[in-house]
Amino acid sequence: MLYDYLGFVFEHGQALVDGLWITLKLLLLSSLGGFLLALPLAVARVSPNRTLAALARGYSALFRGTPLLVQIFILYYGFSQFEAVRASPAWFVLADAFNCALLALTLNIAAYMAEDLRAGIIGVPHGEKEAALAYGMGRFGSYVHIILPRAIGIAAPALGNEVVSQLKASALASVITVLEMTGVARRFSAQSYSTDPLIVAGLLYVAVTLLLSLLVRLAERRINCHQPR
Amino acid sequence: MNDLADYANQLLAGALVTIELALTSLLFGLLLGLTAAWAKLSPSPWLRHPVTLLSNVLRGIPEFLIILIFYFGLSNFLADHFDGAIEISPFFGGVFALSIIFAAYSSEVFRGAFLEVGRGQLEAGQAYGLNRVQLFCFIRLPLAWRTALPSLNNMWQSLLKDTSLISVVGLEDMLRKAQIGAQYTKQPFVFYAAVALVYLLLLAASNPLFGALEKSANKGFR
Repeated sequence: MLYDYLGFVFEHGQALVDGLWITLKLLLLSSLGGFLLALPLAVARVSPNRTLAALARGYSALFRGTPLLVQIFILYYGFSQFEAVRASPAWFVLADAFNCALLALTLNIAAYMAEDLRAGIIGVPHGEKEAALAYGMGRFGSYVHIILPRAIGIAAPALGNEVVSQLKASALASVITVLEMTGVARRFSAQSYSTDPLIVAGLLYVAVTLLLSLLVRLAERRINCHQPR
Repeated sequence: MNDLADYANQLLAGALVTIELALTSLLFGLLLGLTAAWAKLSPSPWLRHPVTLLSNVLRGIPEFLIILIFYFGLSNFLADHFDGAIEISPFFGGVFALSIIFAAYSSEVFRGAFLEVGRGQLEAGQAYGLNRVQLFCFIRLPLAWRTALPSLNNMWQSLLKDTSLISVVGLEDMLRKAQIGAQYTKQPFVFYAAVALVYLLLLAASNPLFGALEKSANKGFR
C-alpha cells in the first residue's frame, strides 16, 4: 500500500507540485486580500453610523451564513445569467475559474476576519483610545496609529486560525475545474479508479497545515513581541 | 421568477434531503465524537494515541477531500470485496463522511469539556453512592454538555453548510436540485440565490434552538 503511494508520488510528482503551488497562491492571495478588505469592514462594524454598521453586519451574515460552494457557484455560474455582467469589465474576473475562486475565497475570509478584528477593536483598552485622542489625533489618525495595530495584535490568534482554515476551504476551487491540489488528485483518482491519489493529497494537506500553523504561531509572536507576557 | 416557482417543489424536496442529511450526520457525529473523546481520555496509551493522531490528521485535511476519500474509498472497497453486491447511496456515503468529520472536530471539544468537570462534583457523586455509569450519565455528561454547547453550535453550522459538498458526489440535495433547475431554465443566479437564502434561513432558525438548549443546560448555574 505504501509502495502504491510512493509510486504515485514519483510518477506524478510534478503535477502534484503544480497543484500545491496553485493551492498556495489561492491561500496567500485570498488571505491577504481578505485581510485588507476586513479592516474597513471591521471599522464599519463598530461605527456609530447605524447604516454603515448594519451594512457591514449584513455582509458578514451573508458570507458566514451560506456555504462557500454556493458562493462560488453564484459568482462563477450565477452572474453569467446577466448580459450586462458579461459585457462589463467584471467579466474579466468572473469568466476565469481561478480568478472566480480567488474572488469567492477572498470575499468569504474577509467576512470571518472582519468579525475577529471587530472583537479585537472592542478589546483595545479604553485608556489607549483616550491617549490617542489626548495626543490630538482625529478619529482616522487614532484608528491608523493606535486602535487598528492593537486590534490586529489582539485578534492575531483568531486571524491565524482563519488562514489555516482557508487552506482547507481552497479545496473547493476544484469543483469549478481549478487544478489545485485537490483538483489534481481528483483527476488522477478518476483516471485510475483508485483512492490513492486522494489519500496522498490528504497527507500533503496535513503537512502543509502543520507548517502553516507553525508559521502563523511565529507571526503571532512577532506581532505581539512588545507585549509583556 | 416563474421558473423558480415551477421548481419550488423540487427545491423543497432537496431542502428536506439537506436537513435529513445534516440531522442524521449530527446524531452519528455526536455519538462518534463522544466515543472518540472517551478514547482520547483513556488511561490506555494504545487507545489514546491512535485516536488522537487520527483526529489531528483528519482536522488537517479539507472537508471536501475527506468526503471524496471516504465516499469513493468505501465504494471501491465494497466493489473490490463484495463484487458490487452492495452499493452505497450518496446519502449513506454522505452521512458516513460528515459524521467522521463532525466527530474529528467535536471529540476535541468534548475532551476539553470533560476535563473541565470539577473533581469535587465527581467526588460528591461518588459520596452519594453513584456507580460509574450513573456518575457518567448524571454528573459528567450534563456538566460537559453545558461547556461544549457553544462550540457545538458552531460545528452544527459548519456541518449544515458542509452538506452542500455532498451534492458533488451526486446526492439530490437542495444544491443539486438548484443546479438542475439552473441548467434547464438558464437562470443560474435566481436558483443559486434562492438556495443561499434557504441556507441562511436554516442557520438562522437553528440559533434560537441552541439558545434554548443552552438555557436548559445552564439550569442551576448563575
